[in-house]
Parts: sequence; C-alpha cells; structure tokens
Amino acid sequence: MSATSERAAERVNQEASSQWPLWEVFVRPRRGLSHSHVGSLHAPDAEIALRNARDVYTRRQEGVSIWVMPAAAITASSPDEKDAFFDPAADKVYRHPTFYDVPEGAKYL
Amino acid sequence: MTTDLFEYVLRIGDDALIAAQRLAEWSTRAPEMEEDIALSNIALDQLGVARAMLTYAGELEGAGRGEDDLAFLREDREFRNCLLVELPNGDFAVTMARLLFLSAYQGSLYDGLVGSADGRLAGVAAKARKESAYHVDHAAQWTVRLGDGTAESHKRMQAAVDDLWPYTHELFGSDAIVSGVAEAGVGVDPASLREGWTEAVSSVLDEATLTRPADGWAPGGGRDGLHTEHLSYLLSEMQVLHRAHPGASW
Repeated sequence: MSATSERAAERVNQEASSQWPLWEVFVRPRRGLSHSHVGSLHAPDAEIALRNARDVYTRRQEGVSIWVMPAAAITASSPDEKDAFFDPAADKVYRHPTFYDVPEGAKYL
Repeated sequence: MTTDLFEYVLRIGDDALIAAQRLAEWSTRAPEMEEDIALSNIALDQLGVARAMLTYAGELEGAGRGEDDLAFLREDREFRNCLLVELPNGDFAVTMARLLFLSAYQGSLYDGLVGSADGRLAGVAAKARKESAYHVDHAAQWTVRLGDGTAESHKRMQAAVDDLWPYTHELFGSDAIVSGVAEAGVGVDPASLREGWTEAVSSVLDEATLTRPADGWAPGGGRDGLHTEHLSYLLSEMQVLHRAHPGASW
C-alpha cells in the first residue's frame, strides 16, 4: 500500500471516533540502555506520533531514540489475574542465584 | 560595512522575532495539546535566533542598544522583517503554509551562513539550521496531510498556499545591503537561495496534491520598514508590557 493510501485508510478508521488514537511512547535515554516507557500521547498516525513524542517527551535532552506504538496493540495483564500471575513466585527463593559462593575478586555481581 | 551588517543582521533577527510572536499566539489555542507544545517549541527556537541576532545587531550598532531595546522600543517603520511573518495566523492551514515557506527559506539561509566569515553569524547558523530542518519537517508533514486529506482540508490548504505565495517573492529580493555583505563573504545573497527553495517547497506541494500558484503579484517593502497594518497590532501587543514597565524583569 502506498503511503498515501495508508493515510487514507487510517483516516477512514478514525472517522468513527472524533479523537486521535492513543500511542505509547518509549525513549532510550542513551546508547547502551533500553527504551523505557515514558508516557502516552494522541496522534493521527505513526509519523506524527513520533514527532509529537519528540516535542512532548524529549525537550530536555531526555533521549537519543524514540519508539511509538499504538496503545491498542498492547495486550496487558489484568489486575484480576495478579494473584495467579505473580504470587506463586513469592516463595521460590531457589530461583534467585543466591546459593553460590561468589569467587574472590569478582566484582559487580 | 558595519552599518550594512547591522541592517543585514536586523533582517534575520526581525524575521525570527515576528515569526516567534505569531507562533506564540497559538499557545493554548492549537487544535491538539501535542500540537500546542510543538508550535510553542518552534516559537522558542525562533526566539532564540532573534535574541542572538538582535544582541549582535546592538553590538554592531554601538549605540548601547541591547536585544530588549531593539525588540520592544522600535516603531513599526524600524522593523526589517519580511511581510510574510507579520501576516495574521489565519487558520491552521495558513500557519502551516507560512511555516513551510519561511523555514525552508531560513534553513537554506542558515546553511549558507554556516560558512560565513563572521564567526558570530556562523555560530548562530550552525545551531539554527538543525532547528529549521525540524520546522520544515513539521510543516511538511501537516501540509501533506491536509492537502492530501479530506475535500475540506484540501480546499483550505490550497487556499492558504495561494494566499501566501505572493509574499514569498520578498524573501529572495536583493539590494545593495545584501549584495555587499554577500561579496564580503559575511552574508548570503537571498536570490541565490531561490532555486533550492522552490525545488524543496514544490516537492512538498506535489506530495500534498496541491497546485503551485503562478508567480505574479509580489508585495514587498518589509526590508525597508514599509509594513502591512498587521505589524502595528502585533507590536502593540508584544511591546505593551515593556513600554508600560521599562526594564521589567521576572
């Protein structure tokens, strides 16, 4: 699909709602670190979302790289599932690498 | 030469100052919050250039005038900005068309000034050219979306381009002042920027399915201090605080 017809398709999708779709923004503060979620914003399409993210979230040199993704594309765990999802990990201390002797001279462990 | 350079620097500074004031009028009034922030960012970029240029102009003049004196205590006839920047904002399409025309011009001007024999001009230009590249991109994104959008947005974007096109000719006007500073390797003759500008703007208009207007009526006079009535209203709002409370600070 050409960029023009993609835009046309997005416009059709938006006609149902008067508000621009929501996008989640991820910023990498500097090389070597991973992108972190910093917030969200509204934009009519991905290119504008990226530019809005630049203006809203990197005005004070917060980053060197930005990702945006449609909020609708995220599948999130539900608060109702919290117990089933996370509690079983609470009593499994053997999953932590704490039963090894740290060799002498090994730093930063 | 110093007098000519003063005039030349004033033109660049006044373009940026008046553009900043017009863009700032969108604050709290833009169609979306994100766009509000974007336009304010661009206004602040323009203001940054204006401050550097007016400060430098004051030094060149050597009469003890600083940036505030030049910004807030001159009358409309003493301003050297082009007419394009002082025209009212109109609707969002007009604002985007103006931003596209202006920042494409400013970007190529700053690109040229990076090689200026004058270190101050080269320094400001080196920073400002990156900002201009972003302004062009922002305006181009919206010009394409509105031009190649709905029937209504296309109509309004085309009307904006048609209305503002005549005012773009003044950007490339030459006179003794610009040819003097250009020959000295200090400034850029705007006439030399026209071809690149037309190419860049035309490619955006093409992508936006807009028609490039025919060249015809070419209003001018801004560089000589002959402005539209709109500048007087803009200045009275911009200058009122400083004139009422001279030397006021935060």
